[in-house]
Order: sequence, then structure tokens, then C-alpha cells
Amino acid sequence: MLRGLEKTGVLMGALILVATFALPFIVVKPNRILQGQGRSLIEGLPSVSGIALVAAMVIVAVCLLIRLPPLARLAIATAGLLAAILALGGAAHAGLPPGNTYARVSPGSGFWLLLFSLSLAFIDVVARLRLSPAARLLLLVIAATVIGGIFASGILADISVMKEYVNRSDAFWAEMSRHAMLALGSMLVAFLIGLPLGVISHRISWLRAAALNTLNILQTIPSIALFGLLILPLGWVAAHIPGAAAIGISGIGTAPAFVALVLYSLLPVVANTVAGLENVPREANDAARGAGMTDFQRLVSIEFPLTFPSLLAAIRIVLIQNIGMATIAALIGGGGMGVFVFQGLGQSAMDLVLLGALPTVAMSFVAAIVLDALVDFSRAPGSEVRAT
Amino acid sequence: MIDIQSVTKRYGGKAVVDSVSFAIPEGTIAVLVGTSGSGKTTLLRMINQLVSQDEGTILIGGEDTRNIPGHELRRRIGYAIQGHGLFPHRTVAENIATVPRLLKWEKSRIDARVAELLDLFQLDPAAFANRYPHQLSGGQQQRVGVARALAAEPKILLMDEPFGALDPVLRSKAQDELLAIQKRFGTTIVIVTHDINEAFHLGDTIAVMDKGRLLQYGRPIDLLKAPATSFVEGLVGTFDRPFRLLSLDTLAGIIEPGEADGEPIEENRTRQDALAALMWSGADTLPVVSDDGKPLGRVRLQTLLRQAARPQ
Amino acid sequence: MSLVRLAPRIILLFLLVGFLASPESFDFAFKPLVQANAPAIYNQGDLAALTLLHVRMVFFATLLATVIAVALAILVTRPFGAEFLPLARAIVNIGQTFPPVAVLALAVPAMGFGNGPTLVALFLYALLPIFENTMTALTTVPRNIIDAAKGNGMTRSQIFRQIELPLSLPMIVGGIKISTVIGFGTATIGSTVAAKTLGEVIIAGLQSNNLAFILQGALLVAALAILVFDILSMLERSLTKWKAA
Repeated sequence: MLRGLEKTGVLMGALILVATFALPFIVVKPNRILQGQGRSLIEGLPSVSGIALVAAMVIVAVCLLIRLPPLARLAIATAGLLAAILALGGAAHAGLPPGNTYARVSPGSGFWLLLFSLSLAFIDVVARLRLSPAARLLLLVIAATVIGGIFASGILADISVMKEYVNRSDAFWAEMSRHAMLALGSMLVAFLIGLPLGVISHRISWLRAAALNTLNILQTIPSIALFGLLILPLGWVAAHIPGAAAIGISGIGTAPAFVALVLYSLLPVVANTVAGLENVPREANDAARGAGMTDFQRLVSIEFPLTFPSLLAAIRIVLIQNIGMATIAALIGGGGMGVFVFQGLGQSAMDLVLLGALPTVAMSFVAAIVLDALVDFSRAPGSEVRAT
Repeated sequence: MIDIQSVTKRYGGKAVVDSVSFAIPEGTIAVLVGTSGSGKTTLLRMINQLVSQDEGTILIGGEDTRNIPGHELRRRIGYAIQGHGLFPHRTVAENIATVPRLLKWEKSRIDARVAELLDLFQLDPAAFANRYPHQLSGGQQQRVGVARALAAEPKILLMDEPFGALDPVLRSKAQDELLAIQKRFGTTIVIVTHDINEAFHLGDTIAVMDKGRLLQYGRPIDLLKAPATSFVEGLVGTFDRPFRLLSLDTLAGIIEPGEADGEPIEENRTRQDALAALMWSGADTLPVVSDDGKPLGRVRLQTLLRQAARPQ
Repeated sequence: MSLVRLAPRIILLFLLVGFLASPESFDFAFKPLVQANAPAIYNQGDLAALTLLHVRMVFFATLLATVIAVALAILVTRPFGAEFLPLARAIVNIGQTFPPVAVLALAVPAMGFGNGPTLVALFLYALLPIFENTMTALTTVPRNIIDAAKGNGMTRSQIFRQIELPLSLPMIVGGIKISTVIGFGTATIGSTVAAKTLGEVIIAGLQSNNLAFILQGALLVAALAILVFDILSMLERSLTKWKAA
């Protein structure tokens, strides 16, 4: 019965129709805190454009059902996504009572479901195309440019999240860079410590067991607790070590968050270094020894290049873990995007929560896509480590 | 009897088995031989309907295999593959009991059969029944694989490169074991191999396949005597031909009366073995004895050389 | 497992039970961490009750996630659902980059404060590792083993129940293990949106600058995670006894 249909399209088409007809596309609120009232896509937009968009979504849903060439599906999904975003901007503009600066329009569950199902369609095509790493990076750059363009154009300026942004754009970018600094800086330090530790652990088995066990147990300590636990020792350092306070170490704030992220990052770094070194083919090492290399030459010219993909994989794990965990730094005054999340939660202002959460998610995605592509690059033919 | 009639299988429009017909008599060993990609494995897998043919018919005992539900057909036919395919999470005994359990035999009957087969393959039941496959050597794993295929006393046994993973010594031992078992149960066996020596050693008949087509089907001697194509001729080997020919028969039949000096040869050894012994000892004749060492006569180098000439 | 390796775990279990039964007896250990007049033992609620709520929350979220993740993984690895496999792989890959705090924060608008968003976040966060492991396990059962099973006359459902599922079980348990350990940690973050978990103890400590509270919360969660990890590891090993030498 389903022979001529895309099964994945059936799922996505159904979701799109539910989102279009059964759920509120936008929520209009008297102010940024109070509960609002939902409006469907057709109610939310001025009559003609509302009907046109509903029709567009139905067409997209139907097109996804049919078996079409991948590029056609990609075009349909992209068109659907752009239409949904433009519709959101339009509906927000239309939904704001003129002159009322307190009223807010937020995206409703219908919009989010639409975004979700169309993204699924997009991802489905991209996954089936099995793009090369370079093509994936190019797609990412294009997508980022388009999304950046949409935000810069002001189409979405009437959306509540953007209003929250406008009110605190300076703070937004300051926290964003602090967030990135926390995530990247702690990763760097974790590699400076973890790489030598991994190399030594690979050679000394008791040290390996001890290091990995300790780091594993460390991972079970909940992040908010570890952040808190570091307050005291770092406060002591700040008070007793001359110069420590001057370079910014203090009991609260960024320092304990930074140290906690380093501690969490050590496990993936050490574990992947050890695993990577263990996977170096014995023959490669034998041949290097046979050719008269010293231990150090072997490490630099044989073991490290062959361990490289494994280290890149560690970077991916660490970076994504850190981007997520850096959000929690805000709880101990460490800054980062968590500032907006927790402020928003505290004020019951969900738009502020979104302002903090969405960029965090976006940063994670970008990091994942870029690093996946790099990992694939490093495993490309030629540098490939044969699995034995 | 397995009767293969004009069987064709296509993948993506390309025929991997192209209108192949031949019949395998009951109680014999047929060997499908050919290079990789010749379609021999696909043909084997069509016999138990792991692959279903696009055209043609396969009859087993006169019954069209497509009229039998696939899994029921396969429970009647033993199946052993390269690298044994043992279930790693099941013990040796459980592995062997696979088909009897599917057929819902009684437990006592299953246990007895498992013990019998372990005995037959020289695996002490007390030591091996409860081991897991990874605890066995390669040769032991292969034997358990064949034992599993034989567990439900199938009339037909299909084997896909069954000895492919074994070293030469174990391999020839396993081949002899298989011949003994075939003699004992009278099973019809179809074996796929790319090793022409194995084909000559095991086959009552040999089917040579290339690019999906059956080039020749006949007794080993037919392949030597009258190779159908240059491919078959190349496969049986131009230089090896006389030795291969001698390897097909035992000494029985060319023993001459008389006496000879030197190390005696048993009567059931191949003529190739005898030639080798004669050449190595530098003698013209050697004594021949029966299995139990009774003198039967002698074998002459000249006689053997005549036997090695192209058959007319 | 030998007694030597088991011993630290047993001691840990005794300490955990002992502490929950009578936190006051451990006063001496936490006293040095607080100022003279501050309480050394969490006094804003019952630690044992919070621990039970914490465990219950993680348990139900993981249980539900296991049922759904395993069912979905089975679906996408059958011929019927094969079209969903690339999509499923991509979702797993992307979904795991979603930060837990973001999941939690985004669930609040839909569910309000309390246990709801935490349960949802834990559930969603537990889905992916279990789904991924189940999917990987089911798609990496060696071809020749499936072929042998089919060749021996097993039906499709017999192959699934007798071969594919048992061979995949250890890896599925491995996924549940990862999910549970992540869940124990993530549940604490739930207390920032008023979920009843051990996170309350930690947050109370952060708010009142009481290191003893933070440490108690941290140790309880870590102990639970380690013990559950060990129990599931034991289960995993017992399911792979056919692999052990």
C-alpha cells in the first residue's frame, strides 16, 4: 500500500499537518510574564497570506509523501523552513497591538513542531545524500549565512525573544564570548594536562587504571555540585597564593566553573589518548623500531599521527559536553548563556530562557557538525588506520 | 535427488545464475566449483531457498521447493558455511541442537543425538558440550558447524566453503572425515568451493561455473578426459592432469601378482600416492598389501604411467 | 567478581545506607566544612526521602526511555522501518549535542515548574544512548550468524528472539547504564526548576554558602550513580558470560 510513498514523508507530512491545523502557531501575551493566547497559522496572519501559507504547508506535506529525487526534497524542505520563519515574523508583526510596548508575541507549539518536522525532512535528505565532509561544511556555512541574514534583516524583530535580545544585546554578546571562552579554554587546559597523562598512562598500566578510575568517579559528581565544591579551595588559593587573585582567581565566578569543566574534560581526553595509542597497529610500531627510531621519534612520527582521529573524537566529546555544562556556571556567578536561562526561569520569563538556551543549542550543533567533518577528514583514505 | 531445471537469478538486471540445469543423484557428493562471482554460492542458496530463483524450478525428491515454506524446507536440509556461523551465545550442545529444537524433538532424543554427533566428530561430550564457540579451536568450531548441520538427520547437506578457514593439514583431515560421514549416512551433499583439489578429492560429480553459467557437469574423470571449454581445461590444470587422473582411483584393479622389495603400500591408497612412493624410492615395483597388512601382489611403475595417459 | 574488587562497593553501600538512616551520626565529618553556627547536616528536608524521590525519578524516566528506545530501534532495523534508519542515525547524532540544561529549560514552558520538565528532560536524554546502542547492536550482528540461523530453518521472528536480541542484550544494557549515570547527574539540575531531587540539597548549599550541604548532595548522587553503574555492569557481564574466556 505504501509502495509509492516515502515512509519518512508520511511521518513528517502528518506532523506538518498537525502543526498547521491543530496547534497555535503564535502566542500573544499581554506582557513578557503573563500567559498568552494561542493563534493558529490561519488566524495569526492577515487573511490572504494566512491562506497562502496554510496552502504552502499542505503542498510541502504532500510533496514529502511522494518519492522524489533527494535534491528536490532538499529544496522542498528548505522552502518550507523559510516559509515557516517568514510566517512567524509576519504573524508576530500582525499580532502586536499597535502602540502597545508591553505586549509580546512568542512562537507557539505549532511553529516549533513545524520547525521540528521540516528540520527532520531536511536532515533526512542530508543523511541519505551521504555528503562528503567538505560538502557538509559548505552546507553549514550556507545555512549559517541564511540564518544570520534572517536575523539581520529584522524580519523576526517583533518576536518576543528578539525583544529580549534588543534589551540586552551587549550582555548577550559578552555572555556568549564568556561561554565560548569557558568551553574552549577549559578544553585547551584539559588537553595540556590530559595528553601527557594519557601518554604516560599508556605506558604504565597501574597509572592508567588509577587515572581512569578516578576520572570516571569524578564524572558521577553532578556538575552543579562540583562547581560549588570548588568554591572553597579556589577561595583559599585566591586568599593565600600571592598573585592568584590578581589574575582573576577567586572563590566564586568563572574560576571554579573553569576548573570544573577542565576536570570533567580530562576523562575523554585521557581515555581517548590511551585508546588511540592502544589501537596503533603493533606492526607499525615494530617496523618503526626495526627502522631504528627512538621511543620519542616513534611517539611523534608514528603513534601521534595514528592517534589523531581518536584525539579529534575527544575534542568533539569535550567541546559539546563543555558547551552544555558551561550553562550551569551561571549558578555560581560564572557567567555564560546560563545567565539568561536562570534569570528567565527565576522571572518566569520563558522568552529570556529561550534567549539563553537556543544559542547554546546552536553552538553545540555547529561544534558537532564541524568536528564530525574534521573527524571524517582525518579518517579519509590515505591517513586511514586499518581496523584489524 | 536434487533436480535443478533452467534456474536463473538476476540482481539488478544482471544474471548471476544463468539458466543452469543439472541433477544430483541421491547419496552422492556434488561439488560446485568456480571463481568468486561465478554464481556458485547463489546457486547453492537457491537449493534451500535462502535465495529464490527468478526463473526455473528446483525439485527435491520430485517436490518443487517453492511449494514448501522456506523455513520448513531449511529444517530438512543441513547447512554449513565458511567460518562455521556458530551462535556465539549458545554452547556447543545448544548449537548442535538448533534444528532438532526447532522441530520440537523430545529432550531425551535431542540429548542423545547431540552426544552421538559429538562422539562422531571426536569431541568428548563431557568436555565440549557446555563450552562456548569462542573456547574452541578453528578445527573444532568447523566440526561443530558440520555437526549442527547434520543434527536433524537431513537427507541433504549444503556446504558453502566449509573448510575455507582451515589450514591445509586440518583441511584434508576434515575432508576425509566428511567422506566417512557421507558413507555412513548416505547423505546427498552439495559443496561449494573454489579449490579444484578439494573438488577432485570430494566430488562424485563436479559442476564448473563461470560468470553465472554452468560450463560443465560430470564425473571428475569426464572433466579431465573432455574438458568442455578452455576455462575448464585451465581449471583442472594442464600440468597436473596426469596426477589428478591417478588420484581418482585406488590401487585396487591394477595390482599384479608377484613380489617386490621395499616399503609396502596399502591397497586403498590412491594411484597418485603409489606413483609418488615409487618415484621417491627409485624402484620399479613396490609390494601392495591389504588394510590389515596381508600381501596382495605388487604395483609396477610402467602400469601406473600407462594409467596416467589421457583416457580415450 | 573477586571480593577484593567488590569490597569498596560494599563499603560504599553501607556508608550510603548508614548515612541515610542516621545523617546526624556523620555530623563530625561535615562539621569542619561549615562556620561554627551553621548546620553541618542538611536540615531543610528528609535526605532519605529526597534520595528515594531522586532514584524514583531516574528509574521511571530511564524505564520509559528503555521501552520506547528499544522499540524504535527494533522498528528501524526491520525491513519495514529501514527507510527511517539514516534519519534515526542523524537524530541520535544531533540529539546528543542538545545540552541538558537547554532540554530542561525548554520543557518548562510546556510543562510548568516541578517534576514534569525534569522527567521529560531525563526521558529525552536517556532515549538517545539506549536507542543508539540498541540500533548499533542490532545492525552489527555478524551476517554469517544470521545466515546460519536462516539456513538452519529459523523463521524471521525466531531469528530475532533467539539470535539477534540475545546477542544485542549486553550492548542494550550498556546503553541503559550510560543513560542512568547521566540521569543521576542531570536530575540534580532539575531542582533549579523545582523538581524534588537531591539537587535541592546542593542548591540549598549554594544559596546559603554551606559547603557541607553541597558535599552531601554530591556524595549521595555520586554514590548512587556508582552503585547503579556497578549493578548494571554486573548484569552486563552475566549476559556476556559466553564471551568471557
